[in-house]
Amino acid sequence: MSETRTLIVDDSSVMRKIVERALRQAGLDPLVVHEAGSGTEGLEMLKEQKVDLILSDINMPSMDGLEFLRQLRAQDLAPGVPVVMITTESSEEHVKQAIQAGAQGYIRKPFTPEQVKERVLPLIRAA
Amino acid sequence: MLMNGVRTSAIPGKGSIEDVSKEKCMSQSLRDSVHLVSDPSNLDSSVKEVFHLMLGCECEQSNAQHLQPKESVTAVVGFGGLLSGACVFRSSSHTACKIAAQLTGSEISEVDDTVKDAIGEICNMLAGAWKSKVPELAANCGLSVPAVITGRDYNIHVQSPEFRLFHSYFFDGSPFDVTIICDGIH
Repeated sequence: MSETRTLIVDDSSVMRKIVERALRQAGLDPLVVHEAGSGTEGLEMLKEQKVDLILSDINMPSMDGLEFLRQLRAQDLAPGVPVVMITTESSEEHVKQAIQAGAQGYIRKPFTPEQVKERVLPLIRAA
Repeated sequence: MLMNGVRTSAIPGKGSIEDVSKEKCMSQSLRDSVHLVSDPSNLDSSVKEVFHLMLGCECEQSNAQHLQPKESVTAVVGFGGLLSGACVFRSSSHTACKIAAQLTGSEISEVDDTVKDAIGEICNMLAGAWKSKVPELAANCGLSVPAVITGRDYNIHVQSPEFRLFHSYFFDGSPFDVTIICDGIH
């Protein structure tokens, strides 16, 4: 199986590690992880790195995850790459906003590795 | 724009006249169901859910008021939008290190940036889980990014809140407290 290059955008380094661990537990191996501490940093990274999957928090200082996603799509930085939002916000309205901004998946925190597997693997297979 | 440290963009559908009138109706409905919002069982189930899913541990509720530890870690996540207030997590430094170690799967013996980050995230998830129990809040109440305070001999004071829920729990034999403060329904 070829490696899955993943960008994890979250202002919490602990949460980035937890998401990475969940992806490995989901069976994404080999996995190459790029980490960004903000939406701005994530956009800069995508100008340099090609990835197969993006996971982003929503509630972040300076540039939130939805703005990151809008700019990502507007600048066409990762065409065809699935984006999954990982956030504590769980209402239908928040999910709708994320989908409108261009997300393909949505994972609510707290989450289990099984939930990550269920949401992420089909997107990787379909991409 | 920030409301109680919460970006207005974090609250979906905020801005138009239609939204304002919809918000007024929701605010009234939330006032009518304030007993649901302040239901203590919502806090207990949120704490259990976060610790079970993220740390793989069960938390026991404690009826005893714990003595304030000398060295403590406090995380605060603000609520903004339909309800303003905060979710406050407080524990001793020892408990905070144990929680962070369990969450990250690493050994931690002193409060460092990883512990502050981990406790901030736990508080963020507790705040999110708590507000998701009431549909009006889930959709119309945003969360601030967590603020974490460490040190000794400090108090957090809130002037006459609308309601306050204060519960103590044990994580692997170590106590911690979670407080929900509501200082207004708008």
